[in-house]
Amino acid sequence: MADTPLAHQFDDVAQQREAAGLGMWTFLATEVLFFGGLFTVYTVYRVKDSAAFVEACHELYMWLGAINTVVLLTSSWTMALGVHAAQHGERRRAVSFLVRTAVLGLVFLLIKGTEYSLDIRERLVPGPGFRAEWTVDPTHAQLFFVLYFVMTGLHAVHMLAGIGVVSAMAFMVWKSRSSTHHANALEMAGLYWHFVDIVWIFLFPLLYLVA
Amino acid sequence: MTTLDTLTVAAPSYLASRWSLRSWLLTLDHKRIAILYLVSITGFFFIGGAAAVLMRLELATPESDVVQSAVYNRLFTIHGTVMVWFFLIPSIPAVLGNFLVPLMIGARDLAFPRLNLLSWYLFMAGGVLAIGSIVAGGVDTGWTFYTPFSTTYANSAVIPMVAGIFISGFSSILTGMNFVVTVHTMRAPGMTWFRLPLFIWAMYATSLIFVLATPVLAITLALIGIERIWGVGVFDPALGGDPLLFQHLFWFYSHPAVYIMVLPAMGIVSELIPCFARNPIFGYRFIAYSSLAIAILGFLVWGHHMFVAGQSLYASMVFSILSFLVAIPSGVKVFNWIVTLRNGTIQYKTPMLYALGFIGLFTVGGLTGLYLASLAVDLHVHDTYFVIAHFHYIMVGGAVMAYLGGIHFWWPKMTGRMYPEAWGVFSAVLLFFGFNLTFFPQFLLGYLGMVRRVAEYPPEFQVLNVLSSAGASILGVAYLVPLVYLTASLIRLPSAERNPWKATGLEWETSSPPTEFNFVQAPVVTSPPYAYPPLGAIAEPPATGVQEASSG
Amino acid sequence: MTMRVLAQSRGFSLWPESASTSAEDVDLVYLALLGLTLFFVVLIGAMALGFGVKYRAGAKSFRDHPIRKTLPIELTWIVAPLVMTLVIFVWGASVFVDLGTPPADARSIYVVGKQWMWKVQHPGGRQEINELHVPTAESIKLVLTSQDVIHSFYVPAFRIKRDALPNQYTSLWFRATRPGVYHLFCAEYCGTDHARMRGSVVVMTPTDYQQWLAEEVTERRSDGATRGRDEEKESGPDSATSRRIDVSTSPSAFVEFGCAACHQSNTTDAGPNLAGLFGRTVRLADGRVVVADEEFLRRSILEPNHAIPSGYGNSSSMPTYAGQINDDQMAELVEFIKSLETNGEGATQPDWPATTP
Repeated sequence: MADTPLAHQFDDVAQQREAAGLGMWTFLATEVLFFGGLFTVYTVYRVKDSAAFVEACHELYMWLGAINTVVLLTSSWTMALGVHAAQHGERRRAVSFLVRTAVLGLVFLLIKGTEYSLDIRERLVPGPGFRAEWTVDPTHAQLFFVLYFVMTGLHAVHMLAGIGVVSAMAFMVWKSRSSTHHANALEMAGLYWHFVDIVWIFLFPLLYLVA
Repeated sequence: MTTLDTLTVAAPSYLASRWSLRSWLLTLDHKRIAILYLVSITGFFFIGGAAAVLMRLELATPESDVVQSAVYNRLFTIHGTVMVWFFLIPSIPAVLGNFLVPLMIGARDLAFPRLNLLSWYLFMAGGVLAIGSIVAGGVDTGWTFYTPFSTTYANSAVIPMVAGIFISGFSSILTGMNFVVTVHTMRAPGMTWFRLPLFIWAMYATSLIFVLATPVLAITLALIGIERIWGVGVFDPALGGDPLLFQHLFWFYSHPAVYIMVLPAMGIVSELIPCFARNPIFGYRFIAYSSLAIAILGFLVWGHHMFVAGQSLYASMVFSILSFLVAIPSGVKVFNWIVTLRNGTIQYKTPMLYALGFIGLFTVGGLTGLYLASLAVDLHVHDTYFVIAHFHYIMVGGAVMAYLGGIHFWWPKMTGRMYPEAWGVFSAVLLFFGFNLTFFPQFLLGYLGMVRRVAEYPPEFQVLNVLSSAGASILGVAYLVPLVYLTASLIRLPSAERNPWKATGLEWETSSPPTEFNFVQAPVVTSPPYAYPPLGAIAEPPATGVQEASSG
Repeated sequence: MTMRVLAQSRGFSLWPESASTSAEDVDLVYLALLGLTLFFVVLIGAMALGFGVKYRAGAKSFRDHPIRKTLPIELTWIVAPLVMTLVIFVWGASVFVDLGTPPADARSIYVVGKQWMWKVQHPGGRQEINELHVPTAESIKLVLTSQDVIHSFYVPAFRIKRDALPNQYTSLWFRATRPGVYHLFCAEYCGTDHARMRGSVVVMTPTDYQQWLAEEVTERRSDGATRGRDEEKESGPDSATSRRIDVSTSPSAFVEFGCAACHQSNTTDAGPNLAGLFGRTVRLADGRVVVADEEFLRRSILEPNHAIPSGYGNSSSMPTYAGQINDDQMAELVEFIKSLETNGEGATQPDWPATTP
């Protein structure tokens, strides 16, 4: 990490690294609160309308969600390997792992997109065209799907941002002479990627596994 | 006097270094970003103020004769949203915080200068959307956006306003992140936590709230937008939603938000009192800890806005007792400031008048908060003018006075010019009287039963309303006068001394105004803050214990 | 012909009228707080003024006596205010709990808020718009709901308010003490004419109130003479109509909606008996233990699956009445169920299961 360029406001590289790390953790704290607000809304309605949420949940494609969980966990693994490789100066290995991470992220989004198109076909999208045939109150079932689309949609937006960052970093590491040049930034990107993964680890059981 | 002077005198000030529009709009210098904020929030202040003028004009008579209710409802919403999100929340942190945090801790800039610039652009983007919503006919939901009115019944430009606040929220989050990281990692050598100026403690505590509370507002506003656009029912009971859930989420942010508004103001007062009393602050650690206590406790009291909303009795009791507790650290600060005067040599300059005004008005505002915290009285005064008086005593009598005190105090540092002291004293005194005439009658109106957000009222409330409106006109003058003389001071060339107040603090060791990178070398700190000299030593520079790092 | 009663304009005053026991209770807490405020303002003001004058620049005061021990002083101004505020908290909370717990013998009056008027329904009595007639010396409970957005029923002379929520019942109670006409306001901003959502609470002696209850009121002409000297603008229709609904003797809604078929029949696999249900603590199928108040009854009628009694399975066989019952009919039904004290003749269905001790 000795050849990371030093920004003018910092005294030395160690300070810069500490600041970047604390900055990323603080940012992740804001994301926890952001998703946390949504999770709170979901939990309140899940308790209030449990019967409706159980019935609505059965319409989701649990196996697609499960596959996606495995995909994301694998991508976190490749990301960690990529960061590790970069820190040890293994430029090509680092790029390879970063690319694999981004690809897995795209696979996740493709599967999610497939799920969404199936949901659209089954008239599960809230709004005027929402399916009306439920044993429970349709408005409660619709509420489940509002939260489902908002929560997974918000997560997907974060995934997209993460894929963009990882791809950009892969390109920069590939172009650079030494991967340690970007090791700091990669570590921060890794933190972000793991966070987005953890959000999914919470989302999946909450949404797909309402017993 | 020190070699710092000779090293910095050759370099141009941050204002003079480059003059193109590009150099301002693409600046990474925290001081220039502070000035960008200063100009923009002043604009928003007068927009929100204009709405208030029209409101008070209307309220001088019991009938809705100046404006009809539909317009009045938009006026108070504009007043609330613009004043809260586009003036008060950014004011001290984004202007004085951005300018002073690096200087006070001996750093060259904040930790993330580019995020700092992005923060201002996000603020402006949000502001443009908010103005757009006003131009498109305004919003009539109140700044609190209660559902289901705001999601289902309001027939006004809710979406652009909500979007504008959403975007400007990210501006707050980035500022908070920047301050937290900067204070943790970039303090000058020897600047331990307990040698930090209390303004930094205040900014740090405020930033914790920025970072943790604002995201909840963001998601809540996003859900309102989604509900309005797609006609789904997250908060609308007709569609299975719970309007009380909205209130919980909204106040979970909006209560800590009021501490975002008052903590920085208290930080300023903690700087002004020792300087103008020429006395070290009394109870430094207690004030520092109180800032943290207020920030933490502030997250636990949001339900006191919902005592009559249908919240359970038990929840209400918990929120009530916590609301009483959060008053204690504020009281600690007030007592410590007053005792700082003892043994001092007090100079009644403009910033000191604003600081003392803050203490008086904040004390009244804070004490009236106890009325609202006490469940029995809140049953009567909730949603009345008592509440309006309470929060204006704190936000206007408190935060705005402290802001003006800080602007006057650091004006020579920020601009290199001095303001005319006689006009400063005049405005501060006028403000104090105008403010009390405007808002004290509103406590009485509230207990009499006059409700909020009404353009019409029973005739027996008119006398007090007329007093309040008369006070508002005085208040308006007291805000316009400083605008004029502060702007006018910029016409002259910079001529202020490096440290006209003979104040302690690293910011006064730089030139007035500072150069682009503040310090050539990080200063080394060896003694506690507020080491003010005793009587008789006013003419001499204070022993701040700041030494330049030895370079041979 | 009954004159429309308007809350008289009292003229300028600095203290609100006091017309209920709750007003007296709240005023005492307020006065205590005023005392506390005065104490601190005088204390802080005197200190500030004292120090400010004595230690001003140029004054020849002795300045070399710093306070050495700061901790006892800090603790004093932490502990003393803490004790004072805790006293006020306990006092205020006890008044609040009292005002939040209606007496069991309170007379219920149903209030529906809608943009921008209040509709009041006296069970066994009359309907009013933007007016509420009540007797003194009797506990009155208002059961509030809204037809659209959140409103808030506020009577300053009683020092109480409560939000009226859509799709939900909330309640408040009071005991009026002084006959007179008092302001009624909507305290929660509710749209364009929120300022005009005002009315009057008319407090009468018990004898006058009984007389008023028994009157038949014809539709009033909206000519200038009867409109009278209204300094106030009040919204809502010009005519104050009234309709007698005598719930206690004519369980029309209960029969009309078919409730009796399952809840007062001789068949064995029917719904639980509702006699004596109101006010009891009951156990539900999902394990929850709740108090059967007005809101519980209302919700059970609109969403039967929400409140299945313990032992009745997981899914209710009661049909939902959502969308079929308006606020007036709901008020009737709830009041009727409240009035049920004994089982019907020969009814065999089991009681609503009580909680296990």
